[in-house]
Amino acid sequence: MDALGQFLAMGGYGAYVWPAYAIALVVLAGILIASVRTLNTRRRAVAALEAALPRRRRQGGSADDA
Amino acid sequence: MLHRFANPARFLRIAAVVQPWCAAICALALAAGLYVAFFASPPDYQQGETVRIMYVHVPAAWMALFAYAAIALAAAVGLIWRHPLAFVAAGAAAPIGAAFTAICLATGSLWGKPMWGTWWVWDARLTSVLVLLFLYLGLIALRHAFDDSDRGERAAAVLALVGAVNLPIIKFSVDWWNTLHQPASVVKIGGPTIHPAMLTPLLLMAAGFMLFFVVVLLIRIRSELLARRLRALRLAQAHAAEPAAATRGPVLG
Repeated sequence: MDALGQFLAMGGYGAYVWPAYAIALVVLAGILIASVRTLNTRRRAVAALEAALPRRRRQGGSADDA
Repeated sequence: MLHRFANPARFLRIAAVVQPWCAAICALALAAGLYVAFFASPPDYQQGETVRIMYVHVPAAWMALFAYAAIALAAAVGLIWRHPLAFVAAGAAAPIGAAFTAICLATGSLWGKPMWGTWWVWDARLTSVLVLLFLYLGLIALRHAFDDSDRGERAAAVLALVGAVNLPIIKFSVDWWNTLHQPASVVKIGGPTIHPAMLTPLLLMAAGFMLFFVVVLLIRIRSELLARRLRALRLAQAHAAEPAAATRGPVLG
């Protein structure tokens, strides 16, 4: 416990060292999560449209044949 | 060589193979880097434990410069050879570069307070890096400022090239002006003047940040290509609805 306390204190500079790492973690995790979420949203939207579009085209084709 | 990656479909196949490897090595490098930074490297004889801020501050600064150089290169390739992926890559890299620049400034401020006695000074190095952050934000804003996304991309590419003049200013600011910021101690003529015990975690973290950049860049490029596909599909959907209305015309006539 004392060793942990000493480690966290960072020789009296804990208030500067830990926020530096926390900011880096938050910013990097933030951009990673945001990028992955946008990718997944767009992937679902494209899949939904691609599933809908060929059917519509086929319907159009059969109407032309008739 | 460039044409080999010009085809977005081929790019996506290569990206799918490269990305998981980069992500795995990135995680390993960051884990090893953090371990060495906190448990296997000594405190500095002058700066004490605050030197550990260096292992996130300096790699973030390197990535801030690297990402901008990559964007400027992609902008040039896009403007000159009209490579179809160049502007996509430039646009995808800008927010990542901005993130690294913000980290660099914030961690630098947290390092400056205990060591210099101030959060911020308007010295050449700090000011030129702040300008870099504004350049990144300008690139992002300009890209979305036009209804025609093609015009926005070209405008952002021109700004990226003009702004590239800031890169050597940042790099040599500590030599050209008498600043509070210390001069380079790793990337310099005559080799690094930093002890291997501190160079090791620095390079591990830098490798981790570089791979993180690659992974997020690939994700964002794939995302942007999907956005374009989405626009094309919606257009096709709108056109698919039209012929049905058009065929009604001749039948009636």
